[in-house]
Amino acid sequence: MAFTNEQLERYSRHIILNEIGVKGQKKLLEGSVLIIGAGGLGSPAALYLAAAGVGHIGIADADVVDLSNLQRQVIHTTADLDKPKVESARETMEAINPDVKVTTYHDFIASDNIMDIIKDYDFILDGTDNFPAKFLINDACVMAKKPFCHAGILRFGGQLMTYVPEEGVPCYRCVFKNPPPKDAVPTCKQAGVIGAMAGIIGCLQAMEAIKYLTGAGELLTGTLLTYDGLTNEFRRVKLPRDVHCAVCGEEPTITELIDYEQAECNGITSDDYK
Amino acid sequence: MADFQIKDTVDITDVVCPVTFVKAKVALEELEEGEILSIHMADGEPVQNVPRSIKEEGHQILKLLDNSDGTYDLIVRKVGE
Ligand SMILES: [Zn+2]
Repeated sequence: MAFTNEQLERYSRHIILNEIGVKGQKKLLEGSVLIIGAGGLGSPAALYLAAAGVGHIGIADADVVDLSNLQRQVIHTTADLDKPKVESARETMEAINPDVKVTTYHDFIASDNIMDIIKDYDFILDGTDNFPAKFLINDACVMAKKPFCHAGILRFGGQLMTYVPEEGVPCYRCVFKNPPPKDAVPTCKQAGVIGAMAGIIGCLQAMEAIKYLTGAGELLTGTLLTYDGLTNEFRRVKLPRDVHCAVCGEEPTITELIDYEQAECNGITSDDYK
Repeated sequence: MADFQIKDTVDITDVVCPVTFVKAKVALEELEEGEILSIHMADGEPVQNVPRSIKEEGHQILKLLDNSDGTYDLIVRKVGE
């Protein structure tokens, strides 16, 4: 694959970087990332991955754009209200970079479709806002041996961790075991989140995807990175793999995907675990 | 020119900074270690900046030839990889 002058110009700030270079940019253009959730986390991740020239981006979300989304879901605009989020996201990504092929999934991700969707992608971003989806994505990625980046945001806090199917790397379930009871966490309408938090954590997810595809630097594997926006504190918490983990452990008890019941209004990621 | 076995040439007179350097860098990445690239560039900003950037990448500048028509040919030996 030879770059056109336009591509050399578009990606010049990447190609100049020794960690990326021509080879890294080609890997991005030949790479694929699935973003599950076109919301607060998925929006900035999709924007930066499209701008970076990731050749194939999948985006999955069943919702339409709602006025209350626009405070943080920056891939959508006021003109996109009531449009399926995946369509709005596709239009924005294609407008940013015609090199990117976008595939949309206007559907809820569930046990009966997730394996078929993730199989086509090199890396998966969890940009969902509820525990049933987070555990489903984790279990599916562990079973399909797919690398993915978990993230969650709440109020002024955020966290992320990357999983790759390699020896000794913990999965999300190694750390969090099971979804909390439905009523134990605030629902999305009852707990706020600062919009910029979605930007920070979503961009960190995009960074993980770019590092995975290019091989640059170190991934957040075995490490939960947390950020407190009020105190400006980033923390890296080292986490071991759990050999007794129900899905990635030596004797897994979860061998089929589970659709956990969702709270009335989707439960959201809690930082109460921190 | 006869002193060098030029493997490839690249014309960067049709682009502006930083694509001048990027285009040269791309051409160098295609070569094997020790092979020689001739970079055709315009006077002014490219001549001032491109040789320096290429040197910083660790490659060896062999010669800068003045074509006396407002363009130069920079002869570079690839170092590394
Ligand atoms: Zn596990």
